[in-house]
Amino acid sequence: MLSWLPENISTYGGDIDSLMYHIYYITGVWFLLTYGVIIVFLLRYRRQEGQKAAYVRGDSLTQASWLLVPLLIVLALDLWIDFQGSEVWAKIKIDAPSSDLLVGVTGKQFNWEIAYPGPDGKLGTADDLEMENELHVPVNKVVHVILRSKDVIHSFFLPNLRLKQDVMPGRTIEAWFEATKPGRYPLPCAELCGFGHSGMEGSLIVHSLDEYEKWVQKNWPNKP
Amino acid sequence: MKDALNMKIESMTLTGTGIPSGKAGVWCFLASEITVFGGLIGSYLVVRLGSGGWPEASAHLSFSLALFNTLVLLTSSMTMVLAFDAVEKGDSKKLRTFLFLTILLGLVFLGVKAFEYAGKLAHGFTPGAGVFWSFYYGMTGLHALHVLAGVIVNIILFMEALGNALKPNEHRVELAGLYWHFVDIVWIFLFPLLYLT
Amino acid sequence: MSNILGDVTQGTHPEKKGFWRTYVFSTDHKVIAKQYLALSLFWAVLGGFTAYLIRWQLAHPETAAPGAGWIPEPFMYEGVVPPEFYNVLITMHGTIMVFFVAMPLLLAVFGNYLIPLMIGARDMAFPRLNMLSVWVFALASLVLLISLFVPGGAASAGWTGYPPLSARAIYTGVNWGMNLWIVAIALEFAAFLMGGINFLTTTLNMRAPGMTLFRLPLIVWMQITAGVVFMLSVGPLIAGAVMLLLDRVIGTTFYVPEGGGQPLLWQHLFWFFGHPEVYVILLPALGIILEILPVFSRKPIFGYRPIIYSTIVAGILSFIVWAHHQYVSGIDPRLAMPFSITTILISVPFALIVFAMIATLWKGSISFPTPMLFALGTLGVFLIGGLTGIFVGSAPVDIYFHDTYFVVAHFHYTLFSAVFFGGFAGLYFWFPKMFGRMMNETLGKIHFVLTFILFNTTFFPMFFLGVGGMMRRIANPMQYEFLQPLQPINVFITGSANLLLISQGIFAINFFWSLFRGRIAGPNPWQANTLEWSTSSPPPHENFHKIPTVYRGPYEYSSPETAEDWLPQNQLGLEEVKK
Repeated sequence: MLSWLPENISTYGGDIDSLMYHIYYITGVWFLLTYGVIIVFLLRYRRQEGQKAAYVRGDSLTQASWLLVPLLIVLALDLWIDFQGSEVWAKIKIDAPSSDLLVGVTGKQFNWEIAYPGPDGKLGTADDLEMENELHVPVNKVVHVILRSKDVIHSFFLPNLRLKQDVMPGRTIEAWFEATKPGRYPLPCAELCGFGHSGMEGSLIVHSLDEYEKWVQKNWPNKP
Repeated sequence: MKDALNMKIESMTLTGTGIPSGKAGVWCFLASEITVFGGLIGSYLVVRLGSGGWPEASAHLSFSLALFNTLVLLTSSMTMVLAFDAVEKGDSKKLRTFLFLTILLGLVFLGVKAFEYAGKLAHGFTPGAGVFWSFYYGMTGLHALHVLAGVIVNIILFMEALGNALKPNEHRVELAGLYWHFVDIVWIFLFPLLYLT
Repeated sequence: MSNILGDVTQGTHPEKKGFWRTYVFSTDHKVIAKQYLALSLFWAVLGGFTAYLIRWQLAHPETAAPGAGWIPEPFMYEGVVPPEFYNVLITMHGTIMVFFVAMPLLLAVFGNYLIPLMIGARDMAFPRLNMLSVWVFALASLVLLISLFVPGGAASAGWTGYPPLSARAIYTGVNWGMNLWIVAIALEFAAFLMGGINFLTTTLNMRAPGMTLFRLPLIVWMQITAGVVFMLSVGPLIAGAVMLLLDRVIGTTFYVPEGGGQPLLWQHLFWFFGHPEVYVILLPALGIILEILPVFSRKPIFGYRPIIYSTIVAGILSFIVWAHHQYVSGIDPRLAMPFSITTILISVPFALIVFAMIATLWKGSISFPTPMLFALGTLGVFLIGGLTGIFVGSAPVDIYFHDTYFVVAHFHYTLFSAVFFGGFAGLYFWFPKMFGRMMNETLGKIHFVLTFILFNTTFFPMFFLGVGGMMRRIANPMQYEFLQPLQPINVFITGSANLLLISQGIFAINFFWSLFRGRIAGPNPWQANTLEWSTSSPPPHENFHKIPTVYRGPYEYSSPETAEDWLPQNQLGLEEVKK
């Protein structure tokens, strides 16, 4: 099932994917076990002439252990998943690395406005450049995205980077990623934002370092 | 219909908690009411803590009017208790007097509230004037509606008491009292949250 | 048994009431349950139709949906769904299915019908409040229907109604439609609050002699736990709904950032209710299965008390998991892990209930009439819903799956299993009690097989769509280059969904045919133990000829005390006879 995942091109995407695989195997085994047991019981204990069901209420401790032991296994697996999850979560959400590049992304009905800081590296200055729906970044660099919204809630979704972050009006939210492979990738909005929600999509263009240098030269020819 | 005696014997054999059903029902209702106001007050606190600059807005509220209203409501709770006491003693004259006083005090509270709203609106502090005013009108407005509902319940009881129709259902005074005290307690929370900070 | 039937049908209460008091303005809990049943089935048909239009648009975007050409502009254009109307459809589909099908069917129908009968009461504690409840619900239904036709269109901000999209008309162009939507939801809440208060008080105070709390059938426990969870969780959302309505009508700024408001506040209030709401729907469905399994396994339920404790624990835990709907909404990232832990831990009490169900089958004597098939189907489907919940419950994985079809598939596996599989199980099981006749077994089995297969072929592929990255609530996947390779799955799903919807016609035929032509059921066709089977089918007004006395728990099947393999709760056993 998980082979349908889009190609992962982010540094932390692999962590999310491997967590996903762990959960997939754990739940898969549980699924097969439980279905197997149910089907065996249904066949083995189907109504037969002259055979009475056993009178088992399951309220003595030895009987209840049939519930408690699998329950303890569930609990242990739950905690293991949580433990793994918290490591991945901390890596992505809490211990963000410092940025090589800052980009502003503002959602509005029904486009992404992308703001580049220009040579001074700061947003909100005169050398900023605005583009619609095209997010250009270099490969293998940590990019911090400053997310804002002009109207309603949107959601900044980069399937190939395993990144999704709601964009909340009235607030500034920071997200980060580091792309590992040049190319053009989809950047849809993932939160219902009005009648034009369907089709609100931009692109992430990951450049190799040379190409990115050229792109910068083209847009800021007077770069000192 | 079964004859009344049989029904009565049957109802005595039922397994229950011993709390009269009416009372249990009102307590359940109040429990969910608490969560309504709890949600509203919680939202107010969260939004308030999350943004600065509110004290100026709340300084425009009239502390003295609110204090007066607090006293009015507290007194009305007392008259409600006295009305219940009168019911228990079977004193229907006192019952009518105290129910009437409770209704009157409830109406005074609403009158003062209306006066307060009119003054604020005249100064341009409309519900859309900022999130503090949204909460001010939202919280006190919802509370005022509850006061109004309590007044209506009390008026119904009062009318029944006038015609002596309340006699078989006197426990309803207690239930109305529970609700009235709840409305009073909500105000005790709203008063410091809105007016004192 | 026939004696009891005879006595009862002769009528202990000769007083006759007119048509209106008997069928329309009735305070009889059984009539009220049937009124709720009628309303919820009406809404289920409408909800199913919205599903059809949604699926058609997704598989064949911007082509005319067959059979929908009659819907006038500005809703649809000769059978084509425009994007605004698509948003209305998804909003209404969610609202209808959760609030106007699931809750009335599972809580109001089964709760109202069964609680008094199962605890041995003549009616609810507050019969008039009960009547008010169904009429307020009818009013809510009416308001929601009207909201579809007001100028500006119906609500289109999703069933979750996130502001600011829902808080200001300029963002959607919807004005009164959205206001009426809020009013309809609020009225629906009021109706179910009345119901919840009634369920709880009735169960606490009206039990037959001998019916201690630990002799209650599990569905009663589940219903009152659901009722309490609902009563304690809905308040903040009522406050939230009032705030949203004020934002729209008098221009307050609770959720509008320009006025200092917080859009995220709504999400907290909504999900503080919204997650417990899932269990409000799920618990009664689990209760239905727990009633059916022992009857057709002829075995006591395995671990009666642990199930009750698990239910209560799950009810409590449900209050502290809500932020798992908001991992990517911009809440403080440090909050996510605690919520992820509570969320995944909630699998523990539910795992216990599932294990107990499976252990009940062990060494049973299992037969497979239609209600049992649907009960097992519920278990099988719910299991997949629960297991896939672990994926979306884990915060890092949810970064990717949030708002994709993985979530859509997951909650249809939990809710569809509860509402439709659980609901059908209950209807097939208690139909003889409600209407005095059996439903047709052959049609029932065909209905089950088709529903089970087509449900899975409809919703399982949605997991693939979600893994492939397809977002929820988009009207046209073909607009996205990266989703175009997934389009054959969408076409397949739509085909399955259409067949699934059509196959429900078998149930409708069976229902109406059996209503008039079904075999006469008799008081206890399944040889079950609980009290509702000790009175006639359908039970008379005020339920029992004489209030039964209860001697034992509800699941004494194959007990060594008797030669029979069942022992009704109100039957004198060996010990009592000796005394």
